[in-house]
Amino acid sequence: MGKTIVEKILSKHCNKNVKAGDFIVANIDLAITHDTTGPIAIETFKQFGVKKVWDPDKVVIFLDHATPSPNERISSIHSLMRDFASENGVKLYDAGEGICHQLAVEKGHIMPGFFAVGTDSHTCTYGAINALSFGIGSTEMSGVFLTGKLWLRVPEVLKIIYTGSLEKGVFSKDLMLYTVGRIGSDGADYLAMEFCGEVIKAMEVSDRLTMCNMSIECGAKAGIMELDEKAADWIKARSSQPLDIEAFSDDHDAEFASIHEWDVSNIVPQVACPHSVDNVLPIDEIQGKEIQQVFVGTCTNGRYDDLEIVARILKGKRIYDSTRLFVCPASRDVLIESIDKGILLPIVEAGGTILPPGCGPCPGTHLGIPSDGERVLSTANRNFKGRMGNNKSEIFLASPATCAASAIEGVIADPRKYFY
Amino acid sequence: MLPLRLRESLLIPENIFIKGEPRKMLYRGKAHVFGDNINTDYIIAGKYTKTLDYKSMAKHLFEDLDADFPIKFHPGDFVVAGRNFGCGSSREQAPIVIKISDVKAVIAKSFSRIFFRNAINLGLPVLVCDTDQIQPGDLLEVGIAQQQITNLSQNIVCDVKPLPPMMREIVSKGGLVEYLKEYGDFLVPD
Repeated sequence: MGKTIVEKILSKHCNKNVKAGDFIVANIDLAITHDTTGPIAIETFKQFGVKKVWDPDKVVIFLDHATPSPNERISSIHSLMRDFASENGVKLYDAGEGICHQLAVEKGHIMPGFFAVGTDSHTCTYGAINALSFGIGSTEMSGVFLTGKLWLRVPEVLKIIYTGSLEKGVFSKDLMLYTVGRIGSDGADYLAMEFCGEVIKAMEVSDRLTMCNMSIECGAKAGIMELDEKAADWIKARSSQPLDIEAFSDDHDAEFASIHEWDVSNIVPQVACPHSVDNVLPIDEIQGKEIQQVFVGTCTNGRYDDLEIVARILKGKRIYDSTRLFVCPASRDVLIESIDKGILLPIVEAGGTILPPGCGPCPGTHLGIPSDGERVLSTANRNFKGRMGNNKSEIFLASPATCAASAIEGVIADPRKYFY
Repeated sequence: MLPLRLRESLLIPENIFIKGEPRKMLYRGKAHVFGDNINTDYIIAGKYTKTLDYKSMAKHLFEDLDADFPIKFHPGDFVVAGRNFGCGSSREQAPIVIKISDVKAVIAKSFSRIFFRNAINLGLPVLVCDTDQIQPGDLLEVGIAQQQITNLSQNIVCDVKPLPPMMREIVSKGGLVEYLKEYGDFLVPD
């Protein structure tokens, strides 16, 4: 019997032939943590009484969730993490460098065929470059710090083949929101989701990262994609050394939990409505709803390609008087490329505010907490009640294009008219 | 090094499981019933998570879902929910504040995988059963070691889905930290 990508990657990481349903102990290539969940992992790790993590080269720490620090309490959390990184000889990305998931792929910490874990549920992002990765808890991470291993059940795979092509003004974010709406927030619980088909092949790598990033919103353990030439070139372009890439693909007789084939040529821009990500409506059923704040950024949609779409729509225009627009590049490199290619100017001239690279207002700690009764349209991945720091506000999720169009009009708006 | 006042308030939850032979642990308490898809943001909002002072954090348990929860809840009670409890963010603060608040067990139709693992690793008892049989305020008797739920108000015994063997092993040692302290590494399953 053939194997799925997931079975192949995990077989390699526990040095035996494994199949879906097996319980295994697998070796970790990369373990990441950040300033929300990292402190507990560090304090728990200290209980083992060992000096150092199993392999300092395989651990990376990021300060991204509340940076620059908004108060002394968080500053002391950051100090704790800096001290731990320096004592262990572990790489730490400090405030302003960007979001962990963007840096992990951009700085080459993650490679195709890797098995990675992180104390963040969106660690599943790296599936877009053919790595198996997912979120774990902090105590679990303390065990990884000690042993370099994780026990897990090899997941079955739910495979979605997207056929056709996306209409102009419809993006990977719309496709993923549509997918979450159809599969539901626990429809892929305990499964890995594989995204494939001609629609995925046509996507840029940044758009593929958006898809895998949100696989957790279906409850999936991981999102995964095959590695094509486009993705391999994308990785090579970001590496200073020549790379020997080992990629994995499904065998023709691999077994899947289920296979869905969807023609998505007719899907329109999608919006996830309060207060769950699978509460998805097509744009025509929700457009016209007044919004007070628009946020473009996060590990889902804070990449250069996302900001470029926003700049293209906003160029020469002005955002609506009573609407605020916050744009947060996912990393310093995204910010540099955006400055270099001149796309920040039209955003700022239109009335947008650029935030420092990091998670920004997404986890509700600072940098744009909505007021009571306000509606926010965001490119983030979660719209749970209170997510952005105020449980009396509402969050809607959409693509960067929908966000830009809506910022101009002051209401949730269809971006397709800006693409003709 | 952490500032002293932060260090003093630092409270890593102790494991409630007893090492070695599982002791008969029976708890009685009231059921606080929630619906499907209770995410970790609802359990503890992100704005409260950036601290190691879990006692202060625990004051905000379920705040965005039910502002009166702290008034209704009595230590020793149970949290009961529908499908996919603990979905969303991987934040371990969610099971920590549940445990710190002295919730004796979380009972749900199903759990989101990260939350489920976190709870097991911390020694917060999680049980899977058909929770339609439990109404708000029902008096439950829950046996942790024997994985057994009796609804005393309705006079029914609930059918509990057993844990996978690897999880049972971690639970029997008292959580992941105790497990790794004893074995130093993961035992490879057969």
